[in-house]
Amino acid sequence: MAVIDELILLMLAASALWTVMTRSLLRSAIGLALTSAMLAILMFRLNNPFAAVFELSVCAGLISALFFCIITITEPLTPEKVREEAGARFGRFLYLPVIVLIVGLVLRFLTVKVDVKIPALEEIADVRYYLWAYRQLDLIGQIIILLCGVFGIVILLKELRKKGG
Amino acid sequence: MHLIWIFFVYAIVLFVIGFYCILATLNLVRALIGIEILMKAVTLLIIIAGYASGRTSLSQALVITLIVVETVLIAVAMGIVLSVYKHTKSLDTKNLTNLKG
Amino acid sequence: MFSLLILLPALSVMILNLPFGRLMRKTAFYLCLALFAAQILLVLLPVSSGLEPIFQFNLMVDDLSRVVLFCIGIVLSSALFVGEHIIRDDDQRFNFQNLLLIALAGMNGIVMVKDVFSLYVFLEITAVASFVLISLYRDRDALEAAFKYFILSAIATVLMLSSIAILLLVSGDTGFSAINAAIMTSQHSRLIMMAMGLFICGLFIKGGLMPFHGWLPDAYSAAPAPVSILLAGIVTKTVGIYALIRIVTLVFVFNDPIKYLLMFVGAVSIVLGALAALGQSDFKRMLAYSSISQVGYIIIGLGCGTPLAIFGAIFHLLNHAIFKTLLFVNSAAVELETGSRDMDKMSGLAEKMPLTGITSVLAVLSTAGIPPLSGSWSKLIIILALWMAGYRAYAVIAVTASVITLAYFLSLQRRVFWGKPGKEFSNIKEPGFMMAFPAIVLAFIIVAVGILFPYLAHEFMNIKELIGG
Repeated sequence: MAVIDELILLMLAASALWTVMTRSLLRSAIGLALTSAMLAILMFRLNNPFAAVFELSVCAGLISALFFCIITITEPLTPEKVREEAGARFGRFLYLPVIVLIVGLVLRFLTVKVDVKIPALEEIADVRYYLWAYRQLDLIGQIIILLCGVFGIVILLKELRKKGG
Repeated sequence: MHLIWIFFVYAIVLFVIGFYCILATLNLVRALIGIEILMKAVTLLIIIAGYASGRTSLSQALVITLIVVETVLIAVAMGIVLSVYKHTKSLDTKNLTNLKG
Repeated sequence: MFSLLILLPALSVMILNLPFGRLMRKTAFYLCLALFAAQILLVLLPVSSGLEPIFQFNLMVDDLSRVVLFCIGIVLSSALFVGEHIIRDDDQRFNFQNLLLIALAGMNGIVMVKDVFSLYVFLEITAVASFVLISLYRDRDALEAAFKYFILSAIATVLMLSSIAILLLVSGDTGFSAINAAIMTSQHSRLIMMAMGLFICGLFIKGGLMPFHGWLPDAYSAAPAPVSILLAGIVTKTVGIYALIRIVTLVFVFNDPIKYLLMFVGAVSIVLGALAALGQSDFKRMLAYSSISQVGYIIIGLGCGTPLAIFGAIFHLLNHAIFKTLLFVNSAAVELETGSRDMDKMSGLAEKMPLTGITSVLAVLSTAGIPPLSGSWSKLIIILALWMAGYRAYAVIAVTASVITLAYFLSLQRRVFWGKPGKEFSNIKEPGFMMAFPAIVLAFIIVAVGILFPYLAHEFMNIKELIGG
């Protein structure tokens, strides 16, 4: 069991790395969707099926679609400029895989004694109880923030009505 | 417990990737992608915490709320980026140096 | 009963957007005013019935919450009045009023929750409302400021969430009392210290303290005038400072490393904020750096830890909300009449705008700590508490910065209001009733609190038993 988890974790890190390092924005958005999918599989393996479904449908679906929209509307640089920026860009982003490898290997073989004594609390009920009854304040918060988000998008993107003829 | 530590390490790696992306990019949309990666790292941390302490239901409820809030945040940020694009016709962060001091 | 403070604004926004056309635009102003007035009255009168059968909310309202709820009501009403006068386009004004209601719901939620994750959710509501408010006019400077604020706010959110995850690991629940119990009895002291440090750093970024203040001057100066009033007067205070006070005193163990960190960051903010304000020529930018400096006073009082210091910090929070709002209302009037924020081009406005000049002088003297105005009492209490607790160096820094505060504010007064008016200002006049009314009320509160404080001090001191004890 541990081997599959390791593999998925490695793919998670690799796809996140590819998302950042790749030149074109479109490929970055695809990489983000891939990272979300890996995270959803991981959540499923850690006994959190509901959150996995949510993550898959919202992050790997909705947010990636939003990113595709915005990348298509704001067309980035033409291919010639991309090639000329690639050199400078490579220099800046070169350090990232190096840093990631060093940090990962050092921490991995540190095996800090994470001996966390968790208080022995019983699981009261299901996710449904928690979401709808125990954390009702969060639900009201979600409704309010959705309202605010809708308002925000309308205000930011709508053209002002022209007064008069 | 050894398994938990491995998950922690990968969460920290995701954090590093996200922070580096925000710091080293010159493109507005890529900064948004960096913030998304950071949010994924935090989601992973909450899931690990829930799994390790046995409270998977509570952590799932928290993650669902977190995903909703994060989506609204990214949507509004994209609205701001689109409005900036309408003004300056480019997505370069070097254009955002009007306010000084 | 207090859950209505969150539900009613949300319901009002939904009602205001039903397709009834012109009717809704006209009633929006009165509806907002009614909600704010109801909030101020609710806080001043002792009410405690509940709405328990329908919703199972986890809210608490104690004296600190009442103080901040009172500030929220007053600052939002001032912003409403100023917005009514300044925003000319009907659609933009309607959008502004709707966003004010959403920000009201978010901030009321922040001051009333008993749970760390719900605190995060309402923090995000207020943040998203602020982003949209800053970019209300969609001009280029404001969008740039909003984007910078967004990036830094998102980083702060990530820090806070990772801290919440670690606390969930240690304690198994996210309520204030559960986390407090777990921190007191647990043995993973290094892990918990790291979690507390991450959380406090996140709150420092949100509250705009040095060295995490990068977004603050741009956001305050590039936002439209009523939005600056909102941001400077209450949003930074609720989102950053109130959350810090609540978390540090109620949830975290208030031990020495946290105290030293708070006092150090407070002192750095006081000094660097005051020094940076000296060299500004933009009216609102100078006020923004002055805000950073005054918030440093609140944090240094909080870091000191004695009951007297915490009382001084909370009192200074109330005072700062009032006089900073008054200063921003004055800057809105000046910007409306003269059309610019550059102080070097202005002179002698007090002859043409006497009300603005007088209220500005009162606010400036209160900020600098001149008796008998309200600001002097809170600063005196903080400095006294620092001295009595033995932190002599910090007390000296606070007093010196007070002198620098007086210096830059007097230079502002001299440049903008005193002297002879220039030729281009010959036909400006005092702005109308909508702008004058909040200015008069705020100035009245400053003077009244200042004069009455020695007589009513013993009544307010009950707060310290609740927090510091």
